[in-house]
Amino acid sequence: MRERMSNLSSMLPRDRMERLSGWGESIHGMGYVYRPTTIDGIREAFALARERGVSIALRGAGRSYGDAALGSENIVLDLTRMNRILNWDPERGVVVCEPGVTIKQLWQYVLGEGWWPYVVSGTMFPTLGGAAAMNIHGKNNFAVGTIGDHIKAFDLMLPSGEILPCDRTQNADIFHAAIGGFGVLGVFLSLTLELKRIHSGNLRVTPLVVRNWREMFTVFEERLPQSDYLVGWVDCFATGTGAGRGQIHQANYLTEGEDPIPAQTLRVENQELPDTLFGVLPKSVMWRLMRPFVNDIGMRLINTAKYYASVRSHGHAHLQSHAGFAFLLDYVPNWKKSYGAGGLIQYQSFIPKETAQTAFASLIQLCQHRDIIPYLGVFKRHHPDPFLMTHAVDGYSLALDFKVTERNRAALWNLAAEMDAIVLAAGGRFYFAKDSVLHPSRLQAYLSEERVQRFLQLKRRLDPDNILQTDLYRRIFHEASPYNAASSSSQLPQPPAVGSSSRV
Amino acid sequence: MAKTFKQAIVVGASSGIGAEIARQLAATGCRVGLVARREEELHALNRSLATPGKVFIHDVRQYDEVPALFQQICRELGGLDAVFYTAGILPRQEPEEFDFALDKLTVEVNVLGLMAWGHEAAQRFKTQGEGAIIAISSVAADRGRRGMLSYAASKAATDSYMESLRNRVGRYGVRVVTIKPGPVDTPMIAGMPNMPFMISAGVAAQRTITAAQHGATTVYVPFIWRPIMGVIRLIPSFLFQKLNL
Repeated sequence: MRERMSNLSSMLPRDRMERLSGWGESIHGMGYVYRPTTIDGIREAFALARERGVSIALRGAGRSYGDAALGSENIVLDLTRMNRILNWDPERGVVVCEPGVTIKQLWQYVLGEGWWPYVVSGTMFPTLGGAAAMNIHGKNNFAVGTIGDHIKAFDLMLPSGEILPCDRTQNADIFHAAIGGFGVLGVFLSLTLELKRIHSGNLRVTPLVVRNWREMFTVFEERLPQSDYLVGWVDCFATGTGAGRGQIHQANYLTEGEDPIPAQTLRVENQELPDTLFGVLPKSVMWRLMRPFVNDIGMRLINTAKYYASVRSHGHAHLQSHAGFAFLLDYVPNWKKSYGAGGLIQYQSFIPKETAQTAFASLIQLCQHRDIIPYLGVFKRHHPDPFLMTHAVDGYSLALDFKVTERNRAALWNLAAEMDAIVLAAGGRFYFAKDSVLHPSRLQAYLSEERVQRFLQLKRRLDPDNILQTDLYRRIFHEASPYNAASSSSQLPQPPAVGSSSRV
Repeated sequence: MAKTFKQAIVVGASSGIGAEIARQLAATGCRVGLVARREEELHALNRSLATPGKVFIHDVRQYDEVPALFQQICRELGGLDAVFYTAGILPRQEPEEFDFALDKLTVEVNVLGLMAWGHEAAQRFKTQGEGAIIAISSVAADRGRRGMLSYAASKAATDSYMESLRNRVGRYGVRVVTIKPGPVDTPMIAGMPNMPFMISAGVAAQRTITAAQHGATTVYVPFIWRPIMGVIRLIPSFLFQKLNL
């Protein structure tokens, strides 16, 4: 009887179980979700995990495309309720936030006083904890680096409950590994960020059309020195001499005095994205209207139309709000649903400038050859950063959105493996926030075995019981992990096996 | 659309249809949690699988173990798409024999064990919004025959339990599949005479997996048993008593 009781007490409560998905809706997992509101709540979750012999995956807003915020069959610690802004210094532009504060919360909080986050993603919904764990970048990576470059300090809670203050001098190794360490070294309890002083709520945006890959690269290099933001869109359906055609958006801050009414343009309500599209359509219905077009024929049509529209708008500079320019992905709520039940994956590779043009052209050609064509291609410029698990290179990235269906899934994963080979041969890298497909062997190839080992040594030092695990971590470190070098199991030591005592 | 299973539990995997289901699932890349009493048989089976599974020693009559074991298996497999309940016994009884102990055992293994696993699977899959629960019933469920006092009753209970489960969680995307085989060449019926339309365990397993993948509700295996049992069910009771069935 005693044994039976201990079996039941080794369970996690069934009513905590939820179905969680990666943002792309193409990867799912069942997790036992806890939503702490305090530091003690996080400690309790670690104690529970230890007692039950299960792992913990940290989750913010769940905006990573793949399995980065999933912890299948184990505890998932959703930190979105720890969302207080702890301190704000409007003189110096320094803010201290809990990890669940979103980018949206942050910019809306500081904008009125003339500040803007140095680095924001294409959507405003990620949490800062998640953004730091992934070391996200924006359309200005080439100019200001990643979000990690603007984090001054953070407190990190280890699974033991110990809290480590980290910055560039104190615990510097942990500082540079936890940023970009995709949430398996510890929990960010507070993050101190520096912000950018702005003098207007608007940016000056110049759209430029480019006719092929060569122009895409030339215009980018030309415009880099004079741009604050640069982002390219690529029509992945175009072939031959038109391959790589698309549009570049350059954006610049307004200098002091250029905006005659900064107090007005800096108001949050003047930043809001419009509620309707074309003035009449409520945005909430848009994804349903898009759905019939999210297939090869429809997207070829839309990409072509967008290209010819950009030919017409070429060079017409206009003012656009910061939010309007930065958060393009938020224009159509739930647009991912238009991809259908199978969802989407994004394949983003980062390639040094010397080899990028050839490699990106080959990637798109390969997709076209395999007849699995990305519906969206986004092009950006990057520069290296000092973080251990960095995805950045002195070069370019191309992010490709692929529709996933039950029919194409296997072929798409095979295509991704073929693309990996091209990226690695060109000296490229990958990005955990986007990844769904990376094979463990590829990680060591691009990061170098030495870096991976350094990370894992740190992981073992900070989390000796391997409590912090996500599905992403299990997928890419399965072979390299020092915790299970001897066994084939990626699991924690299990609680005593049940049911072994009975006989009929 | 046919669904391929990535992680599955087979309860009663050590022999017969269960072992074949495990083997065929593993051949498609599925990781299988092998559940049964007999440790050696399970390990031997696991060694022969194309995709290595995991072995869990469990007597289906230890109902209290099921919730924690179910959770543990899900964790070790990294997820779950399907539960196949194939544990079952067919007691050898003479037409005039009454053996309560044997009948109790039959109901425990064939019915109560199914309920213990079925309840767990149904709750999980309901939350998950997908998943398949498959039980091996029998054509014997359709009539109460003289020689199958508790077996027929247990399989009739299986049929109605599975139907209730289907009506309860089918609306959440869960597939609840009842398989009704005739005689299958397994240790269960070894030595029994007069077995019409007998099929191998491999064929039975293959039909079971196909039915599960397509989300069928009730499937006779082989199909010929559906019209046969349709006719047999029509025989009025006063006549059925007099027949030597």
